[in-house]
Parts: sequence; structure tokens; C-alpha cells
Amino acid sequence: MLEQHLAALPIILPLIAAPIALILGRSVLSWGFATLVSGLAFLLSWQLLSAALSEGVISYAVGGWAPPWGIELRVDAANAFVLLAVTAISTLVLVYSKHSIEKEVKATNHTLFYTAHLLCLAGLSGILITGDAFNLFVFLEISSLATYTLVSLASDRRCLTAAFRYLVMGTIGATFILIGVGLLYMKTGTLNMLDLAERIDLYDSSRTINTGLAFIMVGVSIKLALFPLHMWLPPAYTHAPSAVSAFLASTATKVAVYVMIRFIFTVFGIDHVFVDMGMGIILMVLAVVAIFKCSYMATVQSNVKTVLAYSSVAQIGYMILGLSLVSVSGLMASMIHIFNHALMKGALFMAVGAVFYRVGSVEIKDFAGLGRKMPLTMAAFTIAGLSIIGVPLTVGFVSKWYLVSAALEQDQWLVAAFVLVGSLFAVMYIGRVIEAAYFQKLPESRSSEDIKEVSWLMLVPMWVLVIANIYFGIDTSLTTEAANSASEWLFQTNNMLENKVMEGEVLEGHAIEEKAQEVSS
Amino acid sequence: MNLWQALEPAQLITLSICVPFVGALLVIVTGKIPNLREAVTLITAAILFSIVLAITDYTFLGTTLELDVIELFPGLGISFNVEPLGVLFALVASFLWIVTSIYAIGYMRGHNEINQTRFFCCFALSISSVMGICFSGNLLTLFIFYEVLTLSTYPLVTHAGNDAAKQGGRVYLGILLSTSIVFLLFAILGTYALTGTLDFRAGGIFDDSHNKVVLSVLLVLFCYGVGKAAIMPFHRWLPAAMVAPTPVSALLHAVAVVKAGVFSILKIVIYIFGIEGLKDLATTDIMLYIGAATIVLSSCIAMSKDNLKARLAYSTVSQLSYIVVGALLASSIASAGAALHIATHAVGKITLFFCAGAIMVASHKKNISDMAGLGRKMPITFAAFTVGAISIIGLPPMAGTWSKWYLAIGALETDKFIIVAVLMVSSLLNIAYLLPIPIKAFFSKPAEGAKPWRWSQTKEAPLPILIALIVTSGCCLAMFFYLQPLVDLINLIPGVSTK
Repeated sequence: MLEQHLAALPIILPLIAAPIALILGRSVLSWGFATLVSGLAFLLSWQLLSAALSEGVISYAVGGWAPPWGIELRVDAANAFVLLAVTAISTLVLVYSKHSIEKEVKATNHTLFYTAHLLCLAGLSGILITGDAFNLFVFLEISSLATYTLVSLASDRRCLTAAFRYLVMGTIGATFILIGVGLLYMKTGTLNMLDLAERIDLYDSSRTINTGLAFIMVGVSIKLALFPLHMWLPPAYTHAPSAVSAFLASTATKVAVYVMIRFIFTVFGIDHVFVDMGMGIILMVLAVVAIFKCSYMATVQSNVKTVLAYSSVAQIGYMILGLSLVSVSGLMASMIHIFNHALMKGALFMAVGAVFYRVGSVEIKDFAGLGRKMPLTMAAFTIAGLSIIGVPLTVGFVSKWYLVSAALEQDQWLVAAFVLVGSLFAVMYIGRVIEAAYFQKLPESRSSEDIKEVSWLMLVPMWVLVIANIYFGIDTSLTTEAANSASEWLFQTNNMLENKVMEGEVLEGHAIEEKAQEVSS
Repeated sequence: MNLWQALEPAQLITLSICVPFVGALLVIVTGKIPNLREAVTLITAAILFSIVLAITDYTFLGTTLELDVIELFPGLGISFNVEPLGVLFALVASFLWIVTSIYAIGYMRGHNEINQTRFFCCFALSISSVMGICFSGNLLTLFIFYEVLTLSTYPLVTHAGNDAAKQGGRVYLGILLSTSIVFLLFAILGTYALTGTLDFRAGGIFDDSHNKVVLSVLLVLFCYGVGKAAIMPFHRWLPAAMVAPTPVSALLHAVAVVKAGVFSILKIVIYIFGIEGLKDLATTDIMLYIGAATIVLSSCIAMSKDNLKARLAYSTVSQLSYIVVGALLASSIASAGAALHIATHAVGKITLFFCAGAIMVASHKKNISDMAGLGRKMPITFAAFTVGAISIIGLPPMAGTWSKWYLAIGALETDKFIIVAVLMVSSLLNIAYLLPIPIKAFFSKPAEGAKPWRWSQTKEAPLPILIALIVTSGCCLAMFFYLQPLVDLINLIPGVSTK
């Protein structure tokens, strides 16, 4: 019975649990409950991924209404993979947040925090799993509204303006997506993604469809903070509670990237988006500019959370760059980086949150001398930082390797060079923090304060991520396999729809181009 | 002879990397008891040397030692493959580690350095990564250990913890990481995209089907990507690294780190491009002349430096380019000379650094101008300095003669007379900046009234320091007469021969 509804459970579970967490009322109780639920969701998504890898697509009709009329949930290798990362991070962040929010969130708001977190998780899972374009919008709004709440919960009042800014931008983005979906519905009369894809094919050059594409792309770009639509992100991540920053930085934007991949590959089709509409070059240029501009911005900030926020925008650039290469290996690099970046940024924000817990500030100058006072936290920051830089034997290196290889495969030597040069900025912005922590003395004014290592409840999730950073940097088989089958699957579906090629055939990027040429000739 | 017979030959590679690593951990554990900690370092170094000797035996016997550790990417992973050039470098590094450990004990205690446990730990870690570089079986493995070496030596450079050390560390890490990420990684990925393999193979992995222009660009990227080879204009990190304690400058920045750089270039030339393949590339000559320019220019800069370690650092920059030039001459004799220079320059330069450290410990002097008359107080140190200097210059009866000899013959063979001239001029420059130091120390008197602090009590440095510099200067002398084993080893490298 449970087996049958497996696909729906990662959404239903946190959705039902959210109000219960609120009813529980006591901070500790709702913390334990939320963590438990999130942990369960993680186990479920693990099951889903293994099922998706072995069986292929799992389709689930919500309420028994068959698609395309009813809402369909579709689990495949691609979204199961991202879902696994999201639920894993969510669980770790929840474990971590018990102490962290005691310091950063007012005691009366603790249950609200856990409720909003669970709602956000439900929304993110929904976005990933749903096979319905309008349903996707609904889940996007659930997660976004929860996120605005989460950001505004910090005790620092500046979080309110940040949350408001985020709210305005996020709502514009959501509206754009809604308009886009509406246009598609107007033309095709369906909302099911698969159904949409087939019908869009019939109206390939219709102006309505193209306008819909434009609205959706811009809307999603706001949500995923693609340069130059990223302005809401740095203040939001800076002023949100650290646990929220850790969760959002490693999940929310990644899910938005996934939405973009989904729309491009399984709804509109790569030929339409990249060949007819020429989105490839636009995305590529924006991605490269994002990498440079925002990495540079990260090097000149004084607040470490802002540094990490700008770094996130730059890292999103890498993901978009990967998909703009329009090849299996490029898409695979994006998928791998979605997973890997979650590991790095989660660990970094957790380390910074731990510093805030003890020191009460995250300015770079306040990191001075912490290397000795909080050795485990700073060691975690250092290792995760090395991973962002892309030092071998960390996940960052794996991401970079695949991305540059994918660029070289397409003879994009310049793009490959940009990626590598861009990663130099990471040396600078991570280096500044590390230098302060290890090679500056603790200021006199601080020597009387009792600064010591944080409790194990914060250290364990942080170090789980750090070890994952190294483990998946050495044993890449899981990430590579999952990302590879995810991207091959995406290309296959795309291909199946575009060119009616038989399922099960593996196609490389250039092979698709050849096929496309054959078809056009 | 072979202590390690009981083991699978290939496991020796694992041991050579793990032994210093375990040593590093033990150093942390025993950090509270300095005598025990130093004993751990010495024993680890001795064990490592015996392992490398065993590997050398196998190499002479012609046994192939190969080891695939883990696959990072499909069909590509960390793998090791022992070849003669790597064995040569491993021999040099592991032998000198023993000597340097003895020296470091005297130096660190004599100089009352802080954080000695961190120092000895990082030292062992860097040796571990050097072993990884020596035995790497493909470019990816080489790159990984290359980066680990950079990172593990960073705390050693910034050891003092003051502003100068931080600034030095920033330049050090900045240049080495940037060049390796932007140029080296790019070149490696480019190579992989072109050939689909990164293995080191005799004769190279490129063939006629590859575009020569692309290969020319790759060569430049490789040469500059290996920032540790300090080819101008990416040489600044080496003088910057001189803020480190002297044992670090001696072993790492005269031997292990910098030699890892030129070793990588030599290995890439021999096993990726192939000596023959190099001849057709347009940029080979350009890089050759940049190397030659580095030799002359940095010798000139060395002359202008009054700080002894800075002068030695620029001398190292110049000497490293000998090896780069030797590799890029694309002749088998010149390559042999380059390989030999890894060993001969190592013993010479480490002697000089040992002396500089001895002077620092005994008399707290860093500047050459203050060293007048010091030779009478510290005769052994300055005698050793003279020996080392003569070896660096390349005059008999010191080891440096041979490597320079083969390099010059290689240059003549390929009709590159400019290179021959550069080598000769460089020898003259070496004389001009190295020999005045002992001459001044022995034959002039300290200026009246400028007699330094506690002049009458100044005497030779502590015994461990003296033992170390006597051993290395003895090596300079011995290697002139007894070089055959090394030459035999070099002749085993495919395509390289002293004949």
C-alpha cells in the first residue's frame, strides 16, 4: 500500500507534518518532530532514487485521476537525484538548527520556524516531483512563501527589508511563471508537462508559445538568481538566520535550476529553446558574467555570509553554463554541480552559523584568531572552502573537471578558460577568511570572552557535509552514475519527443545534432 | 639488502606515500614530548629511504611497479607507475629528508621556533605528496599530489605568523594555485580532450594526428602551469617563500617543491610529448629561450641581493631553468643532463641553505654585508658553503660539473650555441655572486665599531646542523667521483641517454 504511494510521500509527509509541528508548540518537541519527518523524507527519496535508477520513470496519478487530466507526479533519475540532495540537506540543517536558532530566532518563533521549514521542504519536493506545469507553480509558491517567512524570522531587524525585497522579486518571478504557464495553457489546453511537450511540438513557431517560453525563462531566472536578476539573494542570505541560509543556499536555488532544466528539456525541447530561440548563447553569456561579476563581488565583501551569498550566485553561473552547452556531458556537469554545491555551501554556511553562535558576528575581522578557539569549525570551513576552490579530492574538483571537459568536448576552449580563471576568485574570497582565522591574533578586546567550540549537535551535521565533500570527491561513482543517467534520460525524453526516436537508445550531444540535421534535410 | 622482500613490489608505492603520512600523524600524537617527536621524524625518514632503495632495486631489475588506487572519473583515476626518472627524484628527496631532519632538529631548537609540532607534521605531509608526484602514473595523479604539496607547504611558509610571513604566504599560494588551476589543469583537460588518456607513456601520448598548433599552446600552458618550476615571470613565489624557517627553504624550496616542478616538466616532456614530438612544436624554442633568459636574469637579480637567503632563492630560480632548458632542448643527452641536475643541484643548493641557516642560528645574521670575518668563527660552515658554491657553479671536483657538462653537450648537439653561451655566462655569474661570500667571510675583517652582538661568543652552530652540512657537502664531492649508479638509472629512462 505504502509502496504504491511512494512517489507522493515526500510531498505529503512534510505537508501534513507542518501544522502538527505548529500544534506541538514546544520548541524541542517540534524540533524533534521536524527532524524525524525530514529524515523519513530522506529515506523515502533514497528509495525513490534507487527505484528510478532500476525501473526508469515512476508515474503516480494524484487522487487516481489519470493524466493528462489529473495531476501527475513523475519521478525519474533526474528529479530523484536532486530530491535526495534536498532532503539530506534539510535533515542535516534541522539537526543543526536546534542550537543555531536559539541564538538567532526569538524563542516564541521557534515552532513557526520548524513549521515554515517543513512547508518549504514540502514545496521543494513538490516542485521536483510534479509532472504538471500549474502544480509546479503552486508548489513553487508554497516553498517561496515559507522561505519569505524563514528569512524574516531572524532577530536582526534588517532581515525584514531583505525578506520584503525577496518577497517582491520572488512574487514577480512567480507571476511571470504563472503568465507563461497560462499562455501555454491558452494555446495547448493542457497543463501536463508530457502532454504539453507533444502539443508544443505541433505549434512550434507560434508566438504565444514563444512568449510563454520567455515569461517562464525570466520567471525561473529570478527564482534561481541568475545574473542580473540576482539582487534579492545576497541580502536575503546575509540577514536570514544561518540555518536558513544553509538550507536555502544549498536547496532552493538548486531546485529552481532544476525547474529550468525541466522546462527546457522536457517541455519545450532543446531544439526549440536553443536552436530556434537561441537561448543557449544568452544563457552562456549571462552565466560567464555571473561567474566573474559575482565572484569578484564576493572578494570585496566584509560580511562572510554576504561573501558566501555572492559566491552562490557565481556557482549558479556554473550550473547554467553547463546546461547552456547543450550536451549530455554539459547537463551532467550541471546536475553534478547542483548536488556538489549543496554539500559545499551547506557546510560553509553551517560553519559561519557556528561562528555567529559563539562570536555574535560574521564580519571577516571578527574571524581573527578563531582557528585556535574553534578548531573544528574552522577546519570544516577550510575544507569546504577548498572544495569551492576546486582542489583535487574534493567535490568541487569533480564538478570543475566535468564542466571543463564538457566545454572542451564542444571545442569551447574560451569557455573552459573562463571557468578556470573564475575559480581563482574563490581562492581570494575563501583565502581572506582563512587567513583571518589562522594567521591573525584574537583581538585583545575579545580575549576575556569565552569563545569555544560549538556543541556536537552543530558540529556533527557540519562535519557530515564536510566528509561528504571529500567522500564524493574521491568515490564519484554514485554522483556520476545518477547525474549521468539523469542527463541521458533528459536528453532521451527530449529526443523521443522531438524526433520520435526509440526509447532506450543512448545519444551523445553531437549525435543529437546530427540527427537534427538529418531531420531538417 | 632488500628489507622489503616479503611485500608485493607494487605495495612499496603505497608504503612510500603512507609512511611519511603516518609519520605526520605520529608527530602530532607525540607532539608533547619533543625528543620522541624528533625520533619519530628520523625513523620515518630512514624507513622511507629504505623503501625508496628497494624500489630502486626493482627498477634496476626491470620489474614494473604499477598500482591503480581508485577511479575518480570513468577510466581515469589515481594510479602509480614507477619509472626511472621518478625513482631518481624520490631517491634525492628521501635521502635529503633524513639529512634535513637532523638539521631541522638543531635549527628549530637553536632558533627557539614556535609551533614545532605543526612544522614537523607539515614537513612529513609534504614529503608524502612528493612521493606521490614521483611515482604518479598519470597527469591527474601528478596534479592531485602537486596541489596537496602546495597546500601542505603553505603553513610552513607562513610559519612565523608575522606580517611578512603572511604576505609571503599570500604570494606563494596565490601564484602556485593560480598557475596550477588556470594553466596546468587547463592543459591537462585539454590533453584529455585530445587524446582520451592521461597516462605517462614512453615516447609520449600525442601522435601526428594531433594539431601541432594546439600542441604548441599546450606546451606553453604546461610550462607555465607548473608554477613550481619558477620560469619567469611566474618566479616571484620562490623568493617570497624564503620567509619560511631555513630547513623549509633548504629541503622544500631548494629540493622537494621546486624539483617537483621541474621534474613535472621533464616528465611531461618525456612521457606526454615525447622528446621527438617536442622537436616539431613552434613554441619549444620560445619556451627554451624564455628559460635561458630566466637563467641569466635571475642570476643578475641574485647579485643585487644582500640578504643571503634571497640571493640563494634567485640562484635557485636560475638553476631550475637549467633543467627546463635541458628538457626543452629535445635531445637525449640534454634530458639526461637535466635529470642529473635534479640530483646535483639538490645537494649543492641544500648545502648552501644549510649554511645560511647555520649562520642565522649561530650569529643571527641574514645579510651578506654583515658576514665579513665570520669565516674565522665558523670555519666548517663556510668551508661547506664553498664546496656547495663550487658545485653550483659547476667546477670540478664537485657534482655540479657533470650535469652542466651534459647540458652543454646537448646544446652543442642541437646547434643551439646561444644556450651554450648562456650556460657559460651563467657559470661566470654564479662565481660572481656566490664566491665573494666565503671569501669575504674568511679574508676580510668586520668593520671596527660594527662588531656585532656577542661577537666573542659566536661559534659554530649546534652539532646536528654541522653534521647535516658536512654530509651534504660530502655528497657534492662524492657525486663527482661516484656518479655511475645515477647515470645508469637515467639511462633507463626511455629515449634518454648520456651517450
